[in-house]
Amino acid sequence: MSVVTIDLAEHPTRYLNSTLHGLRADTNQSFWRVLNPRGKHALAAGVQAPVRVEIAGHAGYFCAGMNKCATVVIEGNAGNGVAENMMSGRVIVQGDASAAAGASAHGGLLVICGNAASRCGISMKGVDIVVGGNIGHMSAFMAQAGTLTVLGDAGDNLGDSIYEAEIFVRGTVASLGSDCLEKPMRTEHVSALAGRLREAGFEQADPAAFRRYGSARQLYHFHPDNAGAY
Amino acid sequence: MRTPRPAPRESATFDREALAEIRRAAATGIYDIRGAGAKRKLPHFDDLLFLGASISRYPLEGYRERCETGVVLGARHAKKPIALRIPITIAGMSFGSLSAQAKEALGRGASLAGTSTTTGDGGMTQEEREHSKTLVYQYLPSRYGMNPDDLRAADAIEIVIGQGAKPGGGGMLLGQKVNRRVAAMRTLPPGIDQRSACRHPDWTGPDDLEIKILELREITDWQKPIYVKVGASRPYYDTALAAKSGADVVVLDGMQGGTAATQTVFIEHVGLPILAAIRPAVQALQDLGLHRTVQLIVSGGIRNGADVAKALALGADAVSIGTAALVALGDNEPCYEAEYAAMGTHAGAYDAWHEGRDPAGITTQDPDLASRLDPVLGGRRLANFLAVLTLETQTIARACGKSHIHNLEPEDLVALTVEAAAMARVPLAGTSWIPGQ
Repeated sequence: MSVVTIDLAEHPTRYLNSTLHGLRADTNQSFWRVLNPRGKHALAAGVQAPVRVEIAGHAGYFCAGMNKCATVVIEGNAGNGVAENMMSGRVIVQGDASAAAGASAHGGLLVICGNAASRCGISMKGVDIVVGGNIGHMSAFMAQAGTLTVLGDAGDNLGDSIYEAEIFVRGTVASLGSDCLEKPMRTEHVSALAGRLREAGFEQADPAAFRRYGSARQLYHFHPDNAGAY
Repeated sequence: MRTPRPAPRESATFDREALAEIRRAAATGIYDIRGAGAKRKLPHFDDLLFLGASISRYPLEGYRERCETGVVLGARHAKKPIALRIPITIAGMSFGSLSAQAKEALGRGASLAGTSTTTGDGGMTQEEREHSKTLVYQYLPSRYGMNPDDLRAADAIEIVIGQGAKPGGGGMLLGQKVNRRVAAMRTLPPGIDQRSACRHPDWTGPDDLEIKILELREITDWQKPIYVKVGASRPYYDTALAAKSGADVVVLDGMQGGTAATQTVFIEHVGLPILAAIRPAVQALQDLGLHRTVQLIVSGGIRNGADVAKALALGADAVSIGTAALVALGDNEPCYEAEYAAMGTHAGAYDAWHEGRDPAGITTQDPDLASRLDPVLGGRRLANFLAVLTLETQTIARACGKSHIHNLEPEDLVALTVEAAAMARVPLAGTSWIPGQ
């Protein structure tokens, strides 16, 4: 397996993405190194092949946006909306991620080794997100499906207006948002969480040390008595 | 003899409608929700007239001299711009708010007429892709059903910031219409009230929009035109910011534009009528040197060819229809009068599109009701309607001496009211006075 290198000091983002988009599912060119990313936006966005793309530095907005099948590793920090609307595959941020990480993502695994800013997992629709550090306010806002696992602390209004997604936090939660409450951590939750932690490379973390949060399902139907909750 | 008493007098302020609404609110404790667009009387295209040719300019022969109608959308940045035979497109309406049969009929009708149709909240259905030659994929705040494969399968992408019926508001689909298929497409439990987000989850403001447009272009390899749709509220700045952010096309929807379900107070009191929004939007494009480079599609209350011609004369490149298209399919048909009456309304006033009990089979997910709509016949009716809109537009354009309907211009128009003259920036009829200029 050879490594193909694309140097963004020499090529525009458009060249990188169109090259990656041209890869078929059975390509032999399955290992890519992207040099000099310098915080450019939309790097490795829309990839659909089961390849590994390593970005040697910081990425701007929407890195690995709408990813399918690929593994994208960001060897630095990621800007807004990393892995937004990801469908499958995995995206690993070795540094910190800015706001709206994994926004609306439908599937796959997003691992943020550092911290994630506000609205991590906003509107998420099936993705598994694991954050090694802390997450900012309004995370998992309107989260529909999938899991958000946080080894550190969560900011204010966690899980506001959450639907069927599940949240696991090992540290403190500054406050819960509307219609989000703590739920019992049963055996099946511990065992599923252990699998996700292992998958994300955090096997040393004890799954039993996490607390589980989810929807109270009181806002699923509009009722005048709940008007104060909005 | 008794002293004469004053005649009973009802208040103009507290009229019967206002009183009924107060009583309804007092009884229920919740605001009214309905479908459709603003129903109040608004300054509209009816307040404008074309002057027609005269001694100083000559007309074209009807049925003999050509009057072109084609429009190309998205040539600014897209490798594959869209070429339409007519500048009248079908507006975004979701599967969920509409039945699968209605979506198919819209696709069939638009394809027959040589124009595009548009998806809606909830994503793309296979039926509408199959039956729509040119399909615009809406990219909405909720991202329900947002799938990159569908994005790539579309012919253009429309980033929805807002719509005319509710600028600043998100979508609504109440539980009675959320069946298993609709729920699965939106990744939510069946039967719950779906209140879509009003802001995109991963960007805010014009600087971010520019980066979002860049991402969508990168993902689709710069092939697809990218539209930005806004509800008419600050049309000059919204159009300028959309164009500055890199949009190929700006879609501007006035408050008469319909919605599947929104609070009545929102529909009637937020946003601008389309008549007031077109000239500021055109002005923004002209100020940027981008008029006709970035195309402007306007919508909200387009009913006939005169409306189309007036919108184009004010500087739009195309128009979009939603409510009129549904009426062409059979919405509010008098033949269902008994069923409307049973719901406490009548044909022509039915707007409970959110309840999903549409006897015409359009705004419903009930299989029995939906089966009343024949998609092939519906498509034929829509194509007929689009043909009439086009013929009427050409008739007016020829009368004004135009060999392409895009050659219609504000100079061809006058206004019947001071308000319309000010909004459309054309002279009050019989004068040379344009208020404010």
